[in-house]
Amino acid sequence: MAWQPEADPLVAAGSGVCDEVLQRIGGRAQALVTCGTGTSALTRFANSRIHQNMASDEQHVRLRVVVGAGQVAQATTTRVDPDGLERLVKGCLAAAALRPADPEFPGLADPGSLAEVDHWDDVTAAADPDARAQVVADFVAAGADLEAAGYCSTDAGTHVLRSTSGLAYASRATMAQVDGIHRAAAPSGPPTDGCGQGTSVRLADLNGARLGAVAAAKARAGTEPVNLEPGSYEVVLEPRAVAALLLFPAWLGFNAKAHAEGTSFVHLGEQQLDEQIDLWDDATDQRALGRPYDAEGTPKRRLDLVRAGVSVGLAHDRRSARLAGVEPTGSSIGSEAFGGYPADLFLGAGQQSRDDLVAGVERGLLVSDLWYNRILDPKTQVVTGLTRNGLFLIEGGEVTRPVQDLRYTQSVIAALGPGHVLGIGDDAALVANEGGVVHVPSLRLASFAFTGGARG
Amino acid sequence: MFDLATAAVEAALAAGARYADARLMVVRYESMAAKNRVVEDLTQTETAGIGVRALIGSSWGFQSTPELTLAAARGAGQRAAAVARASARVAGPDLELAPAPVVEASWQSTWVEHPLDDVSLTERADLLVGATGAMADAGVPLAQASHQIWDTEKWFVSSEGSRIDQHLLECGAVIDATAIGDGETQRRSYPGVRGQFGTRGWELVREIDLLANAPRVAEEAQALLRAPQCPETTTTLILGSEQMALQIHESIGHAIELDRILGWEAAFAGTSWLDPAQLGSLRYGSDLMNVTADATLPGALGSFGYDDEGVAAQAVDIVKDGTWVGVLSGRDSAPLVGRTSGGMVRADGAARLPMVRMTNVGLLPGDSSLAEMIAATEDGIYMDTNRSWSIDDKRLNFQFGCEIAWEVNDGQLGQMLRNPTYTGIGPQFWASMDMVGGPDEWVFWGTANCGKGQPMQVGHTGHPSVPARFRDVRVGVR
Repeated sequence: MAWQPEADPLVAAGSGVCDEVLQRIGGRAQALVTCGTGTSALTRFANSRIHQNMASDEQHVRLRVVVGAGQVAQATTTRVDPDGLERLVKGCLAAAALRPADPEFPGLADPGSLAEVDHWDDVTAAADPDARAQVVADFVAAGADLEAAGYCSTDAGTHVLRSTSGLAYASRATMAQVDGIHRAAAPSGPPTDGCGQGTSVRLADLNGARLGAVAAAKARAGTEPVNLEPGSYEVVLEPRAVAALLLFPAWLGFNAKAHAEGTSFVHLGEQQLDEQIDLWDDATDQRALGRPYDAEGTPKRRLDLVRAGVSVGLAHDRRSARLAGVEPTGSSIGSEAFGGYPADLFLGAGQQSRDDLVAGVERGLLVSDLWYNRILDPKTQVVTGLTRNGLFLIEGGEVTRPVQDLRYTQSVIAALGPGHVLGIGDDAALVANEGGVVHVPSLRLASFAFTGGARG
Repeated sequence: MFDLATAAVEAALAAGARYADARLMVVRYESMAAKNRVVEDLTQTETAGIGVRALIGSSWGFQSTPELTLAAARGAGQRAAAVARASARVAGPDLELAPAPVVEASWQSTWVEHPLDDVSLTERADLLVGATGAMADAGVPLAQASHQIWDTEKWFVSSEGSRIDQHLLECGAVIDATAIGDGETQRRSYPGVRGQFGTRGWELVREIDLLANAPRVAEEAQALLRAPQCPETTTTLILGSEQMALQIHESIGHAIELDRILGWEAAFAGTSWLDPAQLGSLRYGSDLMNVTADATLPGALGSFGYDDEGVAAQAVDIVKDGTWVGVLSGRDSAPLVGRTSGGMVRADGAARLPMVRMTNVGLLPGDSSLAEMIAATEDGIYMDTNRSWSIDDKRLNFQFGCEIAWEVNDGQLGQMLRNPTYTGIGPQFWASMDMVGGPDEWVFWGTANCGKGQPMQVGHTGHPSVPARFRDVRVGVR
């Protein structure tokens, strides 16, 4: 049965808090207020035992007020008692009054129609520490002779948004994640790791035993790695590695504010990536996890960023959209200083299995994961980082040997550039990166620059 | 507030915990960011809550609540015990906490001007607007400035009888100028890429004098666009103290965290190249290398009175005359290497589990100076101000980029170089250190954005550092 927000007591409670805040403001300002309520729990394991296990009840109220002709301030509190809300309102109004007017202030969003989005699972929302511990136990048991580390988390949140412009939205979401490694001791040399991860709206989708087996198999296959000379290699990047790289174009490239300021690589209308690449943002997709509206209350919809390799879109908040003379894209994360961010990013999947991608490589590397990735320049999108959790040599279309981890220094847009994408996997999945969660497949790329050994 | 924390601890004990502690925290926070003369972002936050730890057998549980009532505090204590019981489903070996004195104390950091109470919002905003204006006037298209302020009150109660309240004030600021060229950008920041932060008041921000430095920062950003690339070579490298702070943070600070050494962070932050069996004998670097973790340094960002396990702040030797002698530890990790807690366990809020954290991990001064290092270098490169940082999961292989560099020729600074990077292996790099700046150049750098843990926590760490010189370093990797 479809969710009925008006019948949800958490929505009623959140609406009550929002309404009280708006009442306290009276007619003194335009305002947008949100109230989030939920639970966040994470069971962490290392050395094959649970060593850190936390759960927290979460509640926050975020207020954004506008006085005069665009004097804006925002404030947040976790204190929803009358004194706490009064301090929130008074402080926020006082801060706004002291600020100069923003001549480009776009005004608050008007009500719009929301897509039907309900990324929610009752069982996940109610998951207790025993349920998470069982997933961990299954993951650990899948490599009983190895050492396991990682986490299983469940999050559930209900969110209400109200504004003086008439916005009255509510949404809810759950998310479950398992992310872990198995570590295999080697007869000589350091131990080697393999990873397994899963992300879903439903904890039941995450099979600890299966993900643990994936990690254990990679770890065992990685022992006694060979040294490989740095240089440019053809690569098959598994989804976790692809997710790590896509953070940078998403964060600093398709951000419309960065584009307007001249620091983005994006040239709209140009064939900047390979023609096989489609990139888009879509919180309304069943596979995504996001809310149907952004931090400013703009309804979300599919936003194409790259179509057949051509840059076609940018992620706007209301302010950057006004400056560009376009409609906002529902990409605000609540900071005008940052701008827009595609929070539910998809890279279109292909038709080939991962084995098919590997089979096409005469000599190259299979990369499971990229780690400690840092961008050197947003315009060139040159990023450096290291491989981790499984690096393997491909020879004659087959995975032949494990390889010692390597450092890479590579432009993301050059790696995905025209003619450089040799294949796209059919294994697209939700994968976490430092910016959130993206939905990406494996990629076979013609060239990737490895600039040194990871251990020296 | 102590009543709520006590109720949480008692509830955890009643639910079966053999040890429990509770931390009630109230944090006032402000961040403000300006760009090109406009304040783009002003956020003020008040966060409150209670976090409870319960230990049952060898298993920990943690529960937090934002609700500051007796009922919610008791509920959190009970649920922390339930979480600990669930942990026992995948239990580890016996766990003993390092002994810690029972403490009843009150501690407050010192400040001259409280930025939230003694300095008007208008003045705080005017400073950022003015600094960005000065950079814009000097010709850069993107001029940014920001500050952050934390006012933190904590009440800690343990089942062993400790009752501690603390009040910490931390703040700092940063400016940066970005010049945009054909196909690349160049940025200069001041005082460092992450700014300068301390456990101090607004006097810190006044001392760093953003306005006076703004034009130079803007001019250097533009000059970098015209500068030649840093060559790819192996040479003598001189690092300024800001980049040294990053070098210390990444290749010493994280490597000596005992939880990493023990494998507790293996899946995420990683482990460490250090083997506890070599504690006291391993050569970490040259004889000139002396590193301490000192949480008692006045005004440094990693200073406090007591950690989040109620253990007093301490000064601990980490590297002495080049030999590794110390670790960063807490009550459940220290006994595993035969030590007492270093008082280094902290959380970034009431809703997060305390974990081993850097305090002020810094290099003690030597007897040289930046000027002497340059004068004594026939052929080398001087780099400063961090731009990028990447290091492997054992904290051994690093590649760091800086904002700016200069050639050093025949004992003098030569032309400016753009996109400088250097790479190395921790112990080899530190072993090559042959000159260390003196006490006059010792700066307590503060890093307010150290990520660690799952869920991710953002820690505040301090890094006293001086300029230093290193031999035979590979630079210019692209």
